[in-house]
Amino acid sequence: MVASEPRGWPAAIFATAVAAVAATLLSLSFEMNRARIAENRQARLAARLDDVLGDLEYDNDIATAHRQVVAPELLGSGDPADIYVAKRDGTVAAVVLSAVAPNGYNGPIELLVGIDNSGHITGVRVTYHRETPGLGDAIEADRSDWIQGFDAASLVQPSADQWRVTKDGGQFDTITGATVTPRAVTEAVRKALVFFRDNQVSLLDPEPNGTTLDAQ
Amino acid sequence: MPSRLYNAATEGLWRNNPALVQLLGICPLLAVTTTLVNGLALGLATTFVIVATNGLVALSRRWIARAVRILVFVLIIASFVTIVDQLMNAFLHDLHETLGLFIPLIVTNCAILAQAETVASKQAIGVAMISGLGVGMGFTAVLVMLGALREIVGYGTLFNGIEQLFGISASGLTIDLPGTGLLVAALPPGAFFGLAALVALKNIVDARRHDRSSVMEAAHDKAQ
Ligand SMILES: Cc1cc2nc3c(=O)[nH]c(=O)nc-3n(C[C@H](O)[C@H](O)[C@H](O)COP(=O)(O)O)c2cc1C
Repeated sequence: MVASEPRGWPAAIFATAVAAVAATLLSLSFEMNRARIAENRQARLAARLDDVLGDLEYDNDIATAHRQVVAPELLGSGDPADIYVAKRDGTVAAVVLSAVAPNGYNGPIELLVGIDNSGHITGVRVTYHRETPGLGDAIEADRSDWIQGFDAASLVQPSADQWRVTKDGGQFDTITGATVTPRAVTEAVRKALVFFRDNQVSLLDPEPNGTTLDAQ
Repeated sequence: MPSRLYNAATEGLWRNNPALVQLLGICPLLAVTTTLVNGLALGLATTFVIVATNGLVALSRRWIARAVRILVFVLIIASFVTIVDQLMNAFLHDLHETLGLFIPLIVTNCAILAQAETVASKQAIGVAMISGLGVGMGFTAVLVMLGALREIVGYGTLFNGIEQLFGISASGLTIDLPGTGLLVAALPPGAFFGLAALVALKNIVDARRHDRSSVMEAAHDKAQ
């Protein structure tokens, strides 16, 4: 049993001391793990970007080559969207845009859309979503190959009226029992391509001024 | 006669299993058990926190002022959880991404606070840690069973994502069963149905044991 039973000030001082010890230990743990955690994040981002770029070849450290732009209309978010730049021999080979499909079944769906310098999709991956497991989550590359249906697509091929899911008369597959999710993703990918087309000159500039891009 | 340590260990494992009897900590339990690997990972992390908390509380139980003990327990639990969270983020990064918010939420698992208050603050460190281990493993067992059940029925796979826990060399362990799965098992209602099934199963086993031991007692009485 408890030997002494301090109350009031002694107890408060005791609790404060424990808190101070805990805070010290936690900041130690934080310092010890910080570099490793940052490294993991960076590696994960680089792996994801590499995934999105398919078999495109590039020779820069893509995860660090990044710019930002605010384009709520075309990239789906009022917050600054990240743009990653893949270079080869000093020219821009492709860009990866972070886009948001605001109208998923359970809220926004976040995407990475890779577009090469001729305006063709190199790959698309979902980075965050809350779609229903077993229905909408087929947009994840791990769950089905639906997302690969965008590979090599551009604003020219398929034509504008084909940039829809099959259910709406377009060429992109619908997911059985879940039309809302693929519809939202398809529209977000198309808009990302439009953003690329409208801002091509600035996006393909290998040495842009500053890290923010003013959207057209 | 079962020893004190044996009792301490089996109490949480079976008789007073936190998930099946006390129904404590079932928020994370229901939320993460979509696959066996997720269940196992959350179970092990929770077990570590319970054992470490019980150890530290038992060790310092003579100095902890009664008036502020709950505050101190929560502080200790939260510290261990934060350390587990950071370690997982550093060394099991993919798994950490999958479990996300549910690691920090271990703090709110009442089974841990209950252990600190009812066992660790009154017992020697050995008994307290063994008891914590029993509760942790009891919780983990339920998470694993529920995860396996929901993964098999819901997705038609087993051990999916095992490489997040044991490295890429373990990825071959994933089993793909025939069929595509019954969606409802993977959704939140499936968690409730599955947990209910496990609770019912435990009650059936207990009732059988009880019947058998009363039959044996009756036979024993007759013989005399
Ligand atoms: C519990 C529940 C979850 C659902 N989740 C999704 C989802 O994540 N994505 C989706 O597109 N539709 C989802 N749906 C289905 C939609 O309500 C809608 O019926 C469907 O998208 C329309 O597809 P259809 O035109 O092929 O019938 C869900 C339905 C229910 C009842």
